[in-house]
Amino acid sequence: MGVGVALQGSIESGFIFAIMALGVYLTFRILDFPDLTVDGSFATGGAVGATMIAAGFAPFMSTVSALLVGLVVGAMTGILHTKGKINALLSGILSMIALYSINLRIMGKANVPLLGEETLFTQIKGVLSALGDYGILVAVAVIALVIKFVNDWFLHTEVGLAIRATGNNQRMIRSFSANTDTTIIIGLSISNGMVALSGALYAQYQGFADVSMGIGMIIIGLASVIIGEAIFGNRTIVRATFAVIGGAIIYRMVVALAMHVGLAPSDMKLMTALIVIIALIMPRISAGYKERKRRATRIKNREQQSRILERGEVKKHA
Amino acid sequence: MLKLEDIYVVFNEGTVDEKIALNHVNLHLNPGDFVTIIGSNGAGKSTLMNVISGVLKPDHGIVEIDGVKVNNLPEYKRAPMIGRVFQDPMAGTAPAMTIEENLALAYARDKRRTLSRGVNTKRRDEFRTYLETLHLGLENRLSAQVGLLSGGERQALSLLMATFTKPKVLLLDEHTAALDPARAQRITELTEEIVGRQQLTTLMVTHNMQQALDLGNRLIMMDKGSIILDVPTEEKKNLTIERLLAEFQRLRGEKFASDRAVLA
Repeated sequence: MGVGVALQGSIESGFIFAIMALGVYLTFRILDFPDLTVDGSFATGGAVGATMIAAGFAPFMSTVSALLVGLVVGAMTGILHTKGKINALLSGILSMIALYSINLRIMGKANVPLLGEETLFTQIKGVLSALGDYGILVAVAVIALVIKFVNDWFLHTEVGLAIRATGNNQRMIRSFSANTDTTIIIGLSISNGMVALSGALYAQYQGFADVSMGIGMIIIGLASVIIGEAIFGNRTIVRATFAVIGGAIIYRMVVALAMHVGLAPSDMKLMTALIVIIALIMPRISAGYKERKRRATRIKNREQQSRILERGEVKKHA
Repeated sequence: MLKLEDIYVVFNEGTVDEKIALNHVNLHLNPGDFVTIIGSNGAGKSTLMNVISGVLKPDHGIVEIDGVKVNNLPEYKRAPMIGRVFQDPMAGTAPAMTIEENLALAYARDKRRTLSRGVNTKRRDEFRTYLETLHLGLENRLSAQVGLLSGGERQALSLLMATFTKPKVLLLDEHTAALDPARAQRITELTEEIVGRQQLTTLMVTHNMQQALDLGNRLIMMDKGSIILDVPTEEKKNLTIERLLAEFQRLRGEKFASDRAVLA
């Protein structure tokens, strides 16, 4: 297997993961809600998609169904938090744990293989056969970008603005007649819809759904958001969502590289955690370093200045 | 326009910390009334604001806005009728969003929020014209993040946003208290200008007695959960801080004590 193929594979899966990362961006960054439902809803998406395909439903319909189930699951977490007044982190964890059992029920077993089944990707390969080996790459790129643009558009609508304000200043937006319970539920719902869609696509991409496929997904999403923002910036929403997609692809490339140098797939969770830790700490360290450097320069300039002044004084007296 | 009838609020009922925040308060504001409220800490001024805006539910009593009983409406449902500016300049705006996006939030206050664009060309022009009335140059910084503005600028924007849709009642909760004197003065002038122009029914809490005397057509003094003094328009014109303090002493038999009351 050449490096080129591995690279292409990581870009393809990067675009699929980017959809999940956009969901994580919506909760973490826009709503300021650390939603751990993601670990469950990603697998739910995979479970619904794969089980329906295996049962003979059309791949497109199965994928859309996964998205719809994701919307419901996200809304549930939102209801737990807003109506049940459960802490944000805890309501996500509760959903995640509950979903583990639900996902097993949906699949009926721990693993649903899609070997020999017709999936979205076998269909795409057929339709885009003119593109040869790049058919899937083009297709996932288009899907991810369409979702990005819909996301960008939505966050600039009146409803979208209210959701952003909810994550920014809840008290203020309530005084401007927005029901923050509703905006939180809508935000979580859309986020998990995207996550489940990503899960359904990934199950079809890898050829199976597994009950544990969502474990650590929240950290992967977060890693994509943080890496992307650090490299591509986040000044506007349009820029930030672009950065998230870039971050997801870079993350997959780093993973591919790590495997290439001999790490096992089971080491990836540790590596992801390390990436996030480094990405979170680095900006602070580099900011501190820059600040020290700035002060040092300032002190040096001041010393030079006073020396020049002294010399001036000496000359005058001479 | 605003009617409060027999409002009673008690905190921590049945414990040693029991505190009657509002003790059978009655207040009636006519359309266009601009009422200033003074009183020491714990007098119940903020509780009164919270009862009107729906943040707090009174234990009993009726809140009526423009003839509609709003007791059972949560804050966000009353919000179309009520504009509010808080003391903290950070509280009234969304810092991570741009000036025009903040104004779009204010614009949608009395409408149903839809999936149409929050900021479009037509609205942007409207926002720009409206911002020009502040004379702060904010109309040229529509896409700047509000978090980058100074406290005074943010408070001016908050005031503009709170009054954008001409609310039936405007609540000002010590909205100049966190600003330096020059900026507080500017915001005070703006308040007078906007309230005057739009003929808003306004309730303003302040710790600054001079401000309470200078602004509005009616003055209310609160103490320990009750309205102890209600000065109508004509009398208010001749009122001074000294007479106000003397009045307080006569009514309560004690000196007006507030470490935060600004006397001049």
